Amino acid sequence: MDLWNWLEYGAWALSALLGLHMAFDWLKTDSTYSEDVLTSSREGELEAMAEEHAEKHGVRS
Amino acid sequence: MSDFDITSQTMDGMGPHGTKVGLLRVLGPAHVWALGVGIVLVGEYMGWNFAVGKGGAYAALIACWFAGILYSCVAMIDSEVTSTVASAGGQYTQAKHIVGPLMAFNVGLYLVFAYTMLEAANAITAGYLFSVVATMSGHTGELDQRPFIILVIMFLAWLNYRGVLATLTFNLVITSIAFCAILVLFLSTSGILGESILEHAALFEGHELPYGWIGVLAAMHFGLWYYLGIEGTTQAAEEVRSPARSLPFGTLAGIMTLLIAATLTWFMCSGVLPWEYLGDGVNGSVAPLFDTARLSGSTALVWLLGFGTLFATLASANGCINDASRAWFAMGRDKYLPGWFGAVHPRYRTPYRSIIFLVPIALIFALGAPLDQVITFSILSGLLGYTFMPLNIILFRRKWPLETIKRGYEHPFHPIPAITLLTLCGVTFFAVFLGYGTQLVAMIGFYIVVSLWFHFWRYRFVNRGAQFTMPWPKPRGY
Repeated sequence: MDLWNWLEYGAWALSALLGLHMAFDWLKTDSTYSEDVLTSSREGELEAMAEEHAEKHGVRS
Repeated sequence: MSDFDITSQTMDGMGPHGTKVGLLRVLGPAHVWALGVGIVLVGEYMGWNFAVGKGGAYAALIACWFAGILYSCVAMIDSEVTSTVASAGGQYTQAKHIVGPLMAFNVGLYLVFAYTMLEAANAITAGYLFSVVATMSGHTGELDQRPFIILVIMFLAWLNYRGVLATLTFNLVITSIAFCAILVLFLSTSGILGESILEHAALFEGHELPYGWIGVLAAMHFGLWYYLGIEGTTQAAEEVRSPARSLPFGTLAGIMTLLIAATLTWFMCSGVLPWEYLGDGVNGSVAPLFDTARLSGSTALVWLLGFGTLFATLASANGCINDASRAWFAMGRDKYLPGWFGAVHPRYRTPYRSIIFLVPIALIFALGAPLDQVITFSILSGLLGYTFMPLNIILFRRKWPLETIKRGYEHPFHPIPAITLLTLCGVTFFAVFLGYGTQLVAMIGFYIVVSLWFHFWRYRFVNRGAQFTMPWPKPRGY
């Protein structure tokens, strides 16, 4: 066995570790937060803020 | 003074429409540049040289510049629209607002397929690079590339999962090194620093256009490889601090960088490697810039370009994961796909479910499909996306003329770039048809089938009222 054989094993192990870390965090997150919070992202928030800001302060673009 | 702070970690100012957890606005123009150039630069290191095989060195240069015009149009058009429609999903969101839901669904799929296939192709390439390094360092026997292919995908997915700032800062560093490697190789081989090793006249004599003008046309297929993916900058739209400024700046700086890198690459490689060898990317020159460095006789250049090749490959895969996951996330958020995919990680502020979902798909293609097929499906999906762009900008300017919506960037000479882009797309479709007609027909057939599925089944689940979010005036003519 040379260095590259060890690197092959290392790559398998590291891949598994990273995959497990993501899977563990994913399950933990899903069980900690409600679906309403996790999927609350809405498109166009910046535009909504700019619009609200303009209305509040009487600024016209 | 405003009562919200969009840089706050706890309250990001996204209250008005009910967002509790949204993507984080932390990126600047340099990250946008790194995203666009990072995805593409691998095409300079390998792949473009198939164009030489199709029609000779001059044909590859003509394809390089025509594809450069095509992508300059793409960059300008994209910059104008995305500086106005600054949301994750990029061209998908543009299509949704400007053309309609069915177009948006198709464009979203083009994006996901183009980037996921490209990610798989990059992982395959990285596995191959590891095997080359193993052989060069004296490893006997065949290296098992699979663990390295899987590691590349898993590591980059993990990085993307953990946060966009670290992901694109990583891209910025490795892309800059890969680009600087090309500049250093040019300075070292062209005679500016030391003696020139380029022999264009001798190598080109009698081989100017070996297959005539049809070869030039065929070369257009791989001419796209010099720039394929620069349009991916738009996917960062929801995560840049100042979309109207950063997106056009990063995208246009990106296409300028690529035009320089592509021309220098052609100039160096075609001046050192015979066209028959250069044009055979399988049995001949797999990585032309690396081969040029080897022929320079400088060990330092060999190392530099070796790292440049690996970094360019990683940067491309990294950017592809970022972009494919944003497009998938945006479609999930609008319920074009199950809304489950529209989730954002409350701590890392990334579309974590979309990132994880696309990992096994990339692995299946990386481990189970041949490289040339994977690349071809990526190119075809990209090309369908480019064909949409001119129609998109023509409709955008017609429905919302310049005086009705303030743009972050207004592209010049409209509609000339749109018409040029449409024409060049037509030429490239013909070029692709010459070499990969079956795949082209199969791909279009696939999109027709999924369009029918979307129209007759999926559209009933779409958030029809919530999907149009831009505070624009009513479109002209409606």
